[in-house]
Amino acid sequence: MEIIDRRSNPHGKHLENRRRALTRARDAVQRAVRDAVANGKIREAGQGSAVSIPADALHEPSFHRIFTSGSRNIVLSGNHEFSRGDKIRRPPGGSGKGGSGSGNASDEGGGEDSYRFLLSRDEFLDLFFGDLELPDLVKREIATTEVTAPSRAGLSNDGSPSQLDLGRTMRYSMARRIGLGRPKPEELIEIEARIAALEESRPLSAADVDELEALRERRSVLRQRLNRIPWVDPVDLRYRRFAQTPKPSTRAVMFCVMDVSGSMTERMKDLAKQFFLLLHVFLEKRYKTLDVVFIRHAETAEEVDEETFFNDPRTGGTVVSTALEELLRVQKARYPSQHWNIYVAQASDGDNSTSDTPRTAELLESGVLPLVQYYAYIEVMGSGAIIRGDTDLWRTYRGIAARNEHLAIRQVSDRKEIFPVFRELFARRPATQGAGA
Amino acid sequence: MNGAVEKATGGKGLLYQGAEWNFRVIRDCYDAIEEIAEEELGLDAFPNRIEVITSEQMLDVYTTSGMPLTYQHWSHGKRFVSHENAYRRGLMGLAYEVVINSNPCISYLMEENSATMQALVIAHAAFGHNHFFKNNRLFQEWTDPSQILNYLEFARGYIARCEEAHGQEAVERILDAAHALQNQGVHRHSGARRIDLRAEQDRARERRAHEDRSYNDLWRTLPVSEGAAPPREHERDALRRKFGLPEENILYFLEKHAPKLAAWEREIVRIVRLISQYFYPQPQLKLMNEGCATWVHDRIMTRLHELGRIDDAAFMEAIHSTTNVITQPGYEQGSTSFNPYALGFAMMKDIARVCVDPTEEDRRWSPDIAGNGDPLGTLRHAWAEYRDESFVLQFLSPRVMREFRMFRLLDDTREPYLLVDAIHDEHGYRDIRRTVAASYDPSTFYAELEIVDVDILGDRTLRLEHRTKSGQLLAESDMKLTLRGLANLWGYRVVLDEIDAPSGKVLASHEANASIGG
Repeated sequence: MEIIDRRSNPHGKHLENRRRALTRARDAVQRAVRDAVANGKIREAGQGSAVSIPADALHEPSFHRIFTSGSRNIVLSGNHEFSRGDKIRRPPGGSGKGGSGSGNASDEGGGEDSYRFLLSRDEFLDLFFGDLELPDLVKREIATTEVTAPSRAGLSNDGSPSQLDLGRTMRYSMARRIGLGRPKPEELIEIEARIAALEESRPLSAADVDELEALRERRSVLRQRLNRIPWVDPVDLRYRRFAQTPKPSTRAVMFCVMDVSGSMTERMKDLAKQFFLLLHVFLEKRYKTLDVVFIRHAETAEEVDEETFFNDPRTGGTVVSTALEELLRVQKARYPSQHWNIYVAQASDGDNSTSDTPRTAELLESGVLPLVQYYAYIEVMGSGAIIRGDTDLWRTYRGIAARNEHLAIRQVSDRKEIFPVFRELFARRPATQGAGA
Repeated sequence: MNGAVEKATGGKGLLYQGAEWNFRVIRDCYDAIEEIAEEELGLDAFPNRIEVITSEQMLDVYTTSGMPLTYQHWSHGKRFVSHENAYRRGLMGLAYEVVINSNPCISYLMEENSATMQALVIAHAAFGHNHFFKNNRLFQEWTDPSQILNYLEFARGYIARCEEAHGQEAVERILDAAHALQNQGVHRHSGARRIDLRAEQDRARERRAHEDRSYNDLWRTLPVSEGAAPPREHERDALRRKFGLPEENILYFLEKHAPKLAAWEREIVRIVRLISQYFYPQPQLKLMNEGCATWVHDRIMTRLHELGRIDDAAFMEAIHSTTNVITQPGYEQGSTSFNPYALGFAMMKDIARVCVDPTEEDRRWSPDIAGNGDPLGTLRHAWAEYRDESFVLQFLSPRVMREFRMFRLLDDTREPYLLVDAIHDEHGYRDIRRTVAASYDPSTFYAELEIVDVDILGDRTLRLEHRTKSGQLLAESDMKLTLRGLANLWGYRVVLDEIDAPSGKVLASHEANASIGG
């Protein structure tokens, strides 16, 4: 008999198989994930969660008989009232009692009508966003490598004591000691003890005198060598060397800009909110740190907290350029563009005071767009607004978007459209465009 | 031998106290249990290997029906996910033990178990199941425990290499289709059973080498000859014989004769077939296997207590755990089948009783064993020579039927009610016993299909028959999917007729074509 302790063996042998099951049921899982999000639980959903998919997505078929009609016998246990000849009403829902005939219908997963996958946050988001990607992510990340971090770069002969590589130093020291034949201290101690013993004893025979002489000779040789060959010599020392290597910036800031003037209804704001949430989850997945700045505007613009942003209505006209000015101010003060990846999502109903539009266009094209990674503008429309001309702002933005790839604009009129629009905005670009990056 | 006994008696005393265990305790328990198992019960088991694992690893083991390794396939992931969910939601406790029919026999101990549970599992798995694996005739005939682990290792490697060479998708398509036919992958009624798994691996290697050597791209360019003369009837018969028809082992047939499969595809079909053959005896022996193991552990724990090797608390824990395992819910709790631990254990206990202390009734019902005074020999004989069906038919006694309060229903779908046509009384015993036995007959688990004809000179249509009764056809949606997979493996049209066994009437007919490129 042998006992083997396997507890420290690698766990999770079936992670690969689980991944394959997920891949196989990918369509079903993705549908479930998107349903979960559509039901307005994006905050929790983004934290990773369980989704159920119908069992047939992972069904394993086989040839098996089922009992549908005819007669059969079943033996059951636990009788305490029946006698021979008793008649029992059929249990509702099916012929017979689901006995041996259908019991083998599916040996595994029998009776299960759905599978639950416990998805990690990453898996959830991966499935949710599917084939979406951040435009120009790579290019900008490399272009903005201003941050450096120390990383191991071999050994050196000098350095600060805190970086001394003790193991290596001692190995060199030992090699040198052996190579140069440094005597062992034990040998010296032994000789000294012998000398002491001989000096104590009287009288000394001639042989003892000779031995004492020889030992003293040997002692001085050993002492000299011990002094000449140190235990640790400066040539033994080795230090760990660190080199500063540039790291891609993993910080991003997301500006949410929204029109909160009287013309924006609660429903429109809700639409905008959905969009911001999606973008937030999306960015959060890719960046280690993600800041969010909320800028609301009516006639004037200000930076506010999330609560105020969504829930505190304002009245008055609309001057979009104020929001862009505020955005630039905040960006200059806190988010230098060489250290931060900057994203802007703007939601508006398209109203703007006519005189302000040229200034907005100017600010956007020469002020904001050069700084940001991506600028998404969505125009929310009232539900009745199917027939309606393009707004002033829309026309202006469309012109700019034609010249700037990283400005994307879409119109949205219903909650259901938010995700498709989002998808469309961030859909993986054809490779030709990516090649330019 | 004497020395060993003396040494053991010399070292008597409690093996452990409390719930804590360590490797010393496990070793001591094992030695004490081994002594009882071998010398008192006369068990003869494979050498044991005991592996201590965590609950997380136990979930892994579960997923592959206790196999320590297997090839990668999504269906394993699916099983893993459903076990994991059930476990996390507390719907399912983990089994205390999993044991593998291999030589050496591997049993798993979970680290969370108490010392008593470890001892109990050792008795149950490392001796009960192990003895059963080694001695039962069906296991001996169908499985090759000394090579199974190597073979699985080979299968895993082979399939991984195929995935590398041909892509995961192509391999998965073959595996999916072959998995669906797993239950049609053994020669139930004929032919060689036990397969030498080591020779299998060598053969696979040789086949590959031969193909590599003899590959010549020129053959591909040969023009296909056309216009064969229409075959005559006796030619057809000769062909049928040549193909060994009728053939119940569909996977075997495909592996040998499917015209379009590449060599590696054949090998995968073969792997699925051999592994499913290894598992084939298990469902037919579940009742006896669990009954045997439970009876053995119950017996050993009792003896340990009598010998003063475990204290009262530990013994109570063992009884408690056994009782949990052998609970038989009645029909009112929705139970439609017998708990194999419960019925198996009850029958083993009953056999032992009949051997030493028979009643008048027992003498009438089982005259050949009643009062023979050799319960252990009788049980060992039963464990070796029977399978569930014959075991029940032979040994299910009136007393056990009364204990379980068994009754039989006649479910006739033309009637609006279910008729109780036998209960646990003098009139009913035989009927009940026959029906319980029949429910363990493998032909009730597996649909009986056969390949009956192949039109090899014509359009290569493969014909199958399912012999059944009216009202017991194959489940339709599953049948269609499986048939489509079968057609893809075969490469041409497949026709399946469902035949009423007594009258020979065709009840239903289905067909599937190979999908293009399949």
